Amino acid sequence: MNIHEFQAKEIFTRFGIPVPQGRVAATPKEAGSIAGELGGPCVVKAQIHAGGRGRAGGIKLAKSPEEAEKLAGEILGKKLVTHQTGPQGREIRRLLVEEGLDIDREIYLGMVLDRSASRVSFIASVEGGVEIEEVALRNPEKILKEVIDPAVGLLPFQCRRVAYGLGLRHEQVSVLASILQGLFRAFVELDCSLVEINPLVLTAQGKLLALDAKMNFDNNALFRHPELEALRDPDEEDPREYEASKLGLSYIALDGNIGCMVNGAGLAMGTMDIIKHYGGEPANFLDVGGGASKEKVAQAFKILLSDQKVRGVLINIFGGIMRCDVIAQGVVEAARETRVAVPLVVRLQGTNVELGRKILAESGLSIIPADTMAEAAEKIVQAVKKF
Amino acid sequence: MAILVNKETRVLTQGITGATGQFHTRACKEYGTQMVAGVTPGKGGTFFDGIPIFDTVVEAVAATGASASVVYVPPAFSADAIMEAADAGIELIVSITEGVPVMDMVRVKRYLDGKRCRLLGPNCPGVITPGECKVGIMPGHIYRRGSVGVVSRSGTLTYEAVDQLTRLGLGQSTCVGIGGDPVHGMDFLDVLGLFNKDPETSAVVMIGEIGGDAEEQAAAWVRTHMRKPVVGFIVGQTAPPGKRMGHAGAIISGGKGTAREKIAALKQAGVRMAPSPALIGQTVKEVLEGR
Repeated sequence: MNIHEFQAKEIFTRFGIPVPQGRVAATPKEAGSIAGELGGPCVVKAQIHAGGRGRAGGIKLAKSPEEAEKLAGEILGKKLVTHQTGPQGREIRRLLVEEGLDIDREIYLGMVLDRSASRVSFIASVEGGVEIEEVALRNPEKILKEVIDPAVGLLPFQCRRVAYGLGLRHEQVSVLASILQGLFRAFVELDCSLVEINPLVLTAQGKLLALDAKMNFDNNALFRHPELEALRDPDEEDPREYEASKLGLSYIALDGNIGCMVNGAGLAMGTMDIIKHYGGEPANFLDVGGGASKEKVAQAFKILLSDQKVRGVLINIFGGIMRCDVIAQGVVEAARETRVAVPLVVRLQGTNVELGRKILAESGLSIIPADTMAEAAEKIVQAVKKF
Repeated sequence: MAILVNKETRVLTQGITGATGQFHTRACKEYGTQMVAGVTPGKGGTFFDGIPIFDTVVEAVAATGASASVVYVPPAFSADAIMEAADAGIELIVSITEGVPVMDMVRVKRYLDGKRCRLLGPNCPGVITPGECKVGIMPGHIYRRGSVGVVSRSGTLTYEAVDQLTRLGLGQSTCVGIGGDPVHGMDFLDVLGLFNKDPETSAVVMIGEIGGDAEEQAAAWVRTHMRKPVVGFIVGQTAPPGKRMGHAGAIISGGKGTAREKIAALKQAGVRMAPSPALIGQTVKEVLEGR
């Protein structure tokens, strides 16, 4: 789960990580008023869940409250297209208005789950403000990394190593250490999957501040963080994905026109892959999970078909514990309820498959049966072409 | 011989009194697995289908000699259940649950360091040695005993692959689900090592997914150590970057963990890649026939 920069900065403040003074504005007037309170030059920043805002014109410097109001008026309500939003862009609904800073240096700090090590690790680089993947490619020697042992946590010597590696001195070393400790505490206490400060700036006055803040949370842990769940912004998510997640369905929107419904994430990805293999384009990934009841299937159908691009649906179920006859019943009843008007290919395999196929054949619905995954993919691709 | 589990393995169920625990304990017992005990704190002294239930894993092990545990415990309590089993001397812990917080698993893995136990999962279907021992939720009837080892991150895609193998007359020695989570127990590397040493296994199928670098690490090992043919398949070739494709571990981040990289690494290591998920069984057949 992602949150906005301004929300992450509120969390940073709770964990002792210094951030610039600033407040959120939803209207140009508010922006102007906040700029007035802050005094001095301000930065007006679009709040969307995607990076690359600066380059796309979503971050602007305002020299006066009037200019802040004017710039806010230009940015609010616009669709910002960055290299991370996709071509449709993201509508800007809120702005963070922050004090301008006299920046001396920019540093990159990122804390992330290191899968290879099964540990939390963090990386730091003197190249702040740019894409860290670029630095990793061009100048890997500029990246400092520390792996954190969960038995003892982030140790002071690790913080010092990084601080000296970044060329910091004297009191900056202990300030960075306290920032890193705050980062780690937040990471662990809030079950983060990623926390990025890009950049952490050193001002001309010698202060270290998080100029940007990005926090992602482990979806598996949200059950124990209701206050974080409350920070979720449905406007930043695909509406079908959001609805599906509320129903306990795993759904990802894609660009194609063949809707898929499968039990199991691996098989669902495999179904997407094989559709492509036969020249079709999947419209989505959808894992109905182990309990493909009539209700779940009906809900899944509704979500699939609400995608206007869908010209055909492929259901691929390997019934293990789930019996094929139960699934067939569910599909038939759901298809009747939801009125599926596009070609529907159903491939069943596994427990009670013969009974399941019989139910489909006798349903009176125009369901195209298939035995194997390959046959199913071929049939739906052909059916969609002809539709 | 097979690996990890056989007809001698004595298995206890943690979370035996929950609906999932009950259903699958029964199914495994019907398959022929020695389901010797259950653990649900507070339900010690009661029975399920004649299987004694204990309050703690330590008591269950002392009373029944269980050496393996299958854990059907909700996400919030799974880590603790796994660590309790490890502390009690269980040698193989199979964690089925999906949705365990990642940080919990980071701590579990640290806790397991230096303990003589193996973990599978979480978020895995389990492990089965056909005809002898089924520990998990897989549908027993699709498996046949034979010499093909299977190791996979997926559940139903593995059933698909096993079904293909069985229909082609290619039975399985042991099928191991390592699960779909980013931080988990045994990985491809560990299981391939066991298959390599198992006299009964003559070839191995490995089914991977986008996300992480487990397949690349396995490829490096296969290149220098594996003495038996390996057929691979990587699912998620059409997955968009940055999106979690169902499994918590199936995500391409920062450009890393793509299917293309994994396929390239495995090919370089001499692994024969199945061209589609429908041709996994067929590819194994061809490899075994020397084609």
